[in-house]
Amino acid sequence: MRKKLVMIGNGMAGVSFVEQLLKLNPQRYEIAIIGAEPHPNYNRIMLSSVLAGEAGIKDIILNDWDWYLDNGIALHAGQQAVSVDAEARIVTTDQGLALPYDELVFATGSLPFMPPLPGADKEGVIAFRDIKDCETMMETARTYRKAIVIGGGLLGIEAARGLINLGMEVSVVHIHSYLMERQLDATASRLLQAELEAQGMRFLLQKQSAAITGGDRVTGLAFQDGTHEETDLIVMAAGIRPNVGLAKDSGLGVNRGIIVDDFMACGIPGISAVGECVEHRGVVYGLVAPLYEQGAVLAKRLAGVETEGYHGSVLSTKLKVSGVNVFSAGSFVDEPGTKSLRVQDDLDGIYKKVVFANGKVIGAVLFGDTSDSSRLFSAIRSGKDFTGNEKEVLFGPSGGSGGGAGGKTVSTADLVAAMSGDEIVCGCNGVTKDTLVEAIAEKGCVSVGELKACTKASGGCGGCKPLVEAILATTLGADQVAVVKEGICGCTPLSRDEVVGAIRQMHLTTTKEVMHVLEWNNPEGCSKCRPALNYYLGMAFPEEHEDELESRFVNERNHANIQKDGTFSVVPRIYGGVTTPEDLKKIATVAEKYQVPLVKITGGQRIDLLGVKKEDLPGMWKDLDMPSGYAYGKALRTVKTCVGNTFCRFGTQDAIKMGVDLEKKFERLNTPHKVKLAVSGCPRNCAEATIKDLGVVAIDGGWEIYVAGNGGTRVRAADLLTKVKTEEEVLAWTGAYLQYYRETANYMERTSEWSIRIGLDTIKAALEKQEDRDALNARIDRTLDLMQDPWKQIIENDDLRNAFDALTAPVDTEAAAASASVSVPDGPAKP
Amino acid sequence: MNEMIIGHISEFPERAGRVVRLGDVELALFKLSDGSVRAVENRCPHKNGKLSEGIVCDHHVYCPLHDWKIDLHDGLVQAPDEGCVETFAARVDGSGNVVLQVPEGAGVRKVS
Repeated sequence: MRKKLVMIGNGMAGVSFVEQLLKLNPQRYEIAIIGAEPHPNYNRIMLSSVLAGEAGIKDIILNDWDWYLDNGIALHAGQQAVSVDAEARIVTTDQGLALPYDELVFATGSLPFMPPLPGADKEGVIAFRDIKDCETMMETARTYRKAIVIGGGLLGIEAARGLINLGMEVSVVHIHSYLMERQLDATASRLLQAELEAQGMRFLLQKQSAAITGGDRVTGLAFQDGTHEETDLIVMAAGIRPNVGLAKDSGLGVNRGIIVDDFMACGIPGISAVGECVEHRGVVYGLVAPLYEQGAVLAKRLAGVETEGYHGSVLSTKLKVSGVNVFSAGSFVDEPGTKSLRVQDDLDGIYKKVVFANGKVIGAVLFGDTSDSSRLFSAIRSGKDFTGNEKEVLFGPSGGSGGGAGGKTVSTADLVAAMSGDEIVCGCNGVTKDTLVEAIAEKGCVSVGELKACTKASGGCGGCKPLVEAILATTLGADQVAVVKEGICGCTPLSRDEVVGAIRQMHLTTTKEVMHVLEWNNPEGCSKCRPALNYYLGMAFPEEHEDELESRFVNERNHANIQKDGTFSVVPRIYGGVTTPEDLKKIATVAEKYQVPLVKITGGQRIDLLGVKKEDLPGMWKDLDMPSGYAYGKALRTVKTCVGNTFCRFGTQDAIKMGVDLEKKFERLNTPHKVKLAVSGCPRNCAEATIKDLGVVAIDGGWEIYVAGNGGTRVRAADLLTKVKTEEEVLAWTGAYLQYYRETANYMERTSEWSIRIGLDTIKAALEKQEDRDALNARIDRTLDLMQDPWKQIIENDDLRNAFDALTAPVDTEAAAASASVSVPDGPAKP
Repeated sequence: MNEMIIGHISEFPERAGRVVRLGDVELALFKLSDGSVRAVENRCPHKNGKLSEGIVCDHHVYCPLHDWKIDLHDGLVQAPDEGCVETFAARVDGSGNVVLQVPEGAGVRKVS
């Protein structure tokens, strides 16, 4: 007879406890969970990502309905537990359900703290705590413009960032003089504020709210200093309070939270508590990692496994706001007896502070560069004495001046060794060091990728990846990790250079040959190596290699960009961004004919026809009768131009002609990744040529050529490659540069990453001599001579064209289905 | 089980998908490098990506939207992702016709 376990609460901490209990002793309990929200267990931390549009609600479900079913757990969702009879051991819900228990677990979490302001009950005043709040915000953003977030802490800033993404004007009201005062010191906080202001956030600091104004719906917020702000939405993010009402009524000991001992017991037989509703040694935790640690202890106790108990956690915080890297952990405020090490770099917007007490690291704050976070966090938790070597904690063994011969080196390996086994490495998925070590030892994981597949560690925010790598290295031994070096993908241990070297030496001309000769693990490769090999083969042997359509990514196979709903977008070539009334009319007519839902000018000055059905693509191309704009390929995309001296009063050279010539010469060129060019007619640089893969800027009497810039996810200003006098020289340098990139870059490596990896000096040296440039140009010209326009090819080839059509069932399907016989239609539908 | 011919094997490019519409249901049909055919629902369980546009490696297809890997034998999503797509029996008959088997009562009856 199984014992009955009832849990009140269906949140992250509680369900994580149940998961661990099931792993330890799946047969012991018959489990029932009461959850107030109508959803299965989801990742509350990710709500800010949902609001930011980076994830859907489905993406943040941690355990779906099937999980409860598969594990025999009765989930009473959408119900609230209303009373507990600790004598009779029965829980009752608001819908009249009475659940008897042998063990009861309170996992009631916390409630948002709603400051008791007059008017707080108006429509448009919400918290940011659950899926429903998230949905309300998204709905509000559709019809309203202004939002105020009350609270400048972690939650408030994440809510504000989400509302900005939804297109709202957002002001954050904060009672203190600086933001996130519980996680940051004043210096880091000011840096954060500046960064967020640059993202469009407005701050009203040291402001005390007095009343919410409006009729049924909120229209504004009045402050105690007599000022007033208009708004359409108020989000309260002023903190959370442990949800202890029911526990109090049930006779449990409650301070700020439900009081528990080191084993999560509440003092009444058969009742335990875990998570945000709990107060342990006077501390209430609101972050996920400690809650998982508590859950692990409770699971062990209830499973009958020995445990040392829970001894409290060191807290760390990361802000999940795009473009901002913030980390803090432990006690980072200077106090008597503490010493701190600070690095402040205003040029790069980086600030680091490590606080020591008696030689031990007790806290840290990082802003701008958080790459040291896991190392520092381990140092805090290890409690190791760094006396005499404090600087190594931040600068590594070689850095700083305090290091030196004979000093202990503080390596990540030491810190990993000092970690206890049940310490959580991955806070997103609650993976402990023991789980990782076990996966390495028993399941044979030898890479971070395999560990992720096996344990989900580093599968959330990815912040713990360096630590996972370190655990891998210390567990396996550094030599073992070296043996399993990762190649271009999981199909081979060979690097890009080894693969390309073999292709050239052995004269391999098909992907099949490469995989066979180089002993690929998977007979037909994967979605990473196949496109890469196809590119390398075409680069090495342009005449002999036959392009393999089936190894190309969908966009390059269909010569149009796939969109999230499965439709495509079509971009005709418009050289240098210069078009004519005739072409515009033609494009407009085609857009109307095929009912294109969205016509947009792209970032590269071209016209994008979005929302096209796949089967309409060939027809559209035919009607357009223009070359493909290659907006979809790892190829030359666009050459953006300004108007140059054709019309502009500042223009020194003909930027339009230069741009058109470049685009005509290099169009259809396959490259390791997409390549964007621009030409500006004067140093005012209206074409933004200095954030392009190659940018040309006209100066009086010549041209400057900039390379390896990027305007994408990692913005990078281009480096000056050279200055030349004539247009011919611009074309020759561009050709040589592009071919050198084609020959030496990894597939999917942008020029900006490539140039950092191999070094600008290497590139300059390779292009320095006229004869080398000529040889590179000869090779690129040979490749360019072979290129054909893909749209035209497909229109002219019936086999290629037919592949765009869907096959449809015979019209008489119903009859065919009813007769259950083989029906023979006339053939597939033809266009 | 109902069978229907949906085309000739010569109309299917190797290691690539084609869309087959049966009333409201959209399938992706793949010809593998061994000449056999596989049919699955044309919808990745992650974000409904059209699997017919994915890269095919032996008996797997990679969703073109976010690179989920799906086994075309049983429709199972490969780790670390999880999920399953519906599979349909398909074969090539003696004359090279591609024959699809559709279970009784499937969406096929809903002819548009």
